[in-house]
Amino acid sequence: QKVFRVIPQNDEQVEIINSLASNIQVDFWQPDSVTLVRPNMQVDFRVEAEESFEVEDLLKESGMEYRVLIDNLQAALNAQFDSKARTSRHSYEKYNNWETIAAWTADIAAQNPDLVSRSVIGETHEGRPMYLLKMGKSGPNKKAIFMDCGFHAREWISPAFCQWFVKEAVETYGKDTVMTTLLNNLDFYVLPVVNIDGYVYTWTKNRMWRKTRSKNASSLCIGTDPNRNFNAGWCTLGASKNPCDPTYCGSAPESEKETKALADFIREHLSTIKAYLTIHSYSQLLLFPYSYTYKLPSNSEELNSIAHAASKQLASLYNTKYTYGPGATTIYPAAGGSDDWAYDQGIKYSFTFELRDTGRHGFILPESQIKPTCEETLLAVKYIANYVLEHLY
Amino acid sequence: AASMELPPSQYPAARAAALATGYLCYRRGGPGLGLALRHVRRARRQDIDDVGHKYHLELVLEDVLDKDSTVNCTAEVLYHLGNKHIAPDVQFTIEGELKNTDEADNTFYNRIKSLDKELVAENIPDSHGNVSPEMEPIHLLAWVASGYVIWQNSTENTKFQLACIKHVKQVKRSDEYLEFDYTILLHEMVSQEIIPWQMTVLWHPQHGVQVTQDSRQLKPTWE
Repeated sequence: QKVFRVIPQNDEQVEIINSLASNIQVDFWQPDSVTLVRPNMQVDFRVEAEESFEVEDLLKESGMEYRVLIDNLQAALNAQFDSKARTSRHSYEKYNNWETIAAWTADIAAQNPDLVSRSVIGETHEGRPMYLLKMGKSGPNKKAIFMDCGFHAREWISPAFCQWFVKEAVETYGKDTVMTTLLNNLDFYVLPVVNIDGYVYTWTKNRMWRKTRSKNASSLCIGTDPNRNFNAGWCTLGASKNPCDPTYCGSAPESEKETKALADFIREHLSTIKAYLTIHSYSQLLLFPYSYTYKLPSNSEELNSIAHAASKQLASLYNTKYTYGPGATTIYPAAGGSDDWAYDQGIKYSFTFELRDTGRHGFILPESQIKPTCEETLLAVKYIANYVLEHLY
Repeated sequence: AASMELPPSQYPAARAAALATGYLCYRRGGPGLGLALRHVRRARRQDIDDVGHKYHLELVLEDVLDKDSTVNCTAEVLYHLGNKHIAPDVQFTIEGELKNTDEADNTFYNRIKSLDKELVAENIPDSHGNVSPEMEPIHLLAWVASGYVIWQNSTENTKFQLACIKHVKQVKRSDEYLEFDYTILLHEMVSQEIIPWQMTVLWHPQHGVQVTQDSRQLKPTWE
């Protein structure tokens, strides 16, 4: 079956359409019926396969402007049902695949132009655009907070949180005093998925994948651990030189296109970025530098008290207990992390979140826990953002 | 032997606690009862010359099916010096009673016994974390049995958790036991490895859970 689009120029051509409709079965898509057809109107109609040749001959003869809109209706319908990815609806309380998230970044920016703008900071190894959302009411000389999610592919709750944060920002701006103050006075750079290739791989091939999907020279093994790939004590502790290992540090710092894009962006905006947050799972931890050394940063007491207060805020909602402290002693020593790198660039407030849970579900956190996890984490993030706003430097 | 207080939520205590919880869950759990670590209240480490490191722990555990139900326990974990192939020694004491699961156990037992065809299932939970109600006891049984594997294979430098069940197949037996052949994925936190592991699990309402055979599986290195 074919669908035609014609534009009758005059009454004569309208009459041709009328007689066509009385001779064969014509299903009008627009307008609803042949009686509504007028000159210079776009007319779309469907005809059976057997009639379509005749119809095309007729249209050609008549000199009427036409084109075939859909050449094979059945095939088009099949494609639409088969393409699960394309037709998935976005939900803040479900895990969304990359195509859905990508489309959402465009939609959310289009729907909230005063608060959200989208840009591309680079490309992944497999050529996917890395979308960044800039949130905030535009104003002069604003400082910013950078937050990323989805470093490690299997940590699905992480990108879910970035999406939730954006939603809360646009929905509560003008209603929630804290959020309004934050967005008026600060910008938030939100990178919803850093390791997009890896994330796609967890949806299509291996739910437990962690690293990027880049090829390694002289090894069959794929991928680098993006959170061991930054220039912060690179590859000294808690990282592997073996490309087959999950904590492979890469061939060099920022060897991965994704980490380089992130680092480049932060370097370019260093004068405005005053805090760095990176979201992971699981373990329920709030970590600050350093992980690449047991040495403590100069403001470790301040970071500790921020983490203490943020954890308390988080726990206030559902009693979810977080542990906080410097990375090396709290979770494990690990060099090459983005939080340590950002801190050493001069961003004094740098935190890594490890979201729910503590191992019962691990990476495969049930969707029913997305909302409560995001709600409680938001309290901690707002606390930290507010603190940063009150201590700008 | 020197003994020192440890920060209860930092990783040395956390690793010993995870191991103790796995062991305890294996000894006391079943398809109707799984226990998970809620938090570590207190931890001490004792270095015993020529023997190893002994951790003294005060733990709060929760019922995985009812988060509000918690139980306190104390545990001692001795990691043996030198030979890493000896499983750590674990002793524990639970304060109070664990819930009675007789009814749920018997229901599950009879359900499986009366199946025409052996139960077979894959990917529990699915990618989104869903477990169907019928599979919940199968899931819990794996959680409990994995405690054995975790106990047998843990060191001070590892922290294992069950990631998911890749495959489970019931093996019909002529005796009263239920037998399941599981392939599970374990997540090791320190190396971040995902390790496939096969385990043969026996269970009976009155006789508890037993892992009779287990082996680490190879996975394609480029996966």
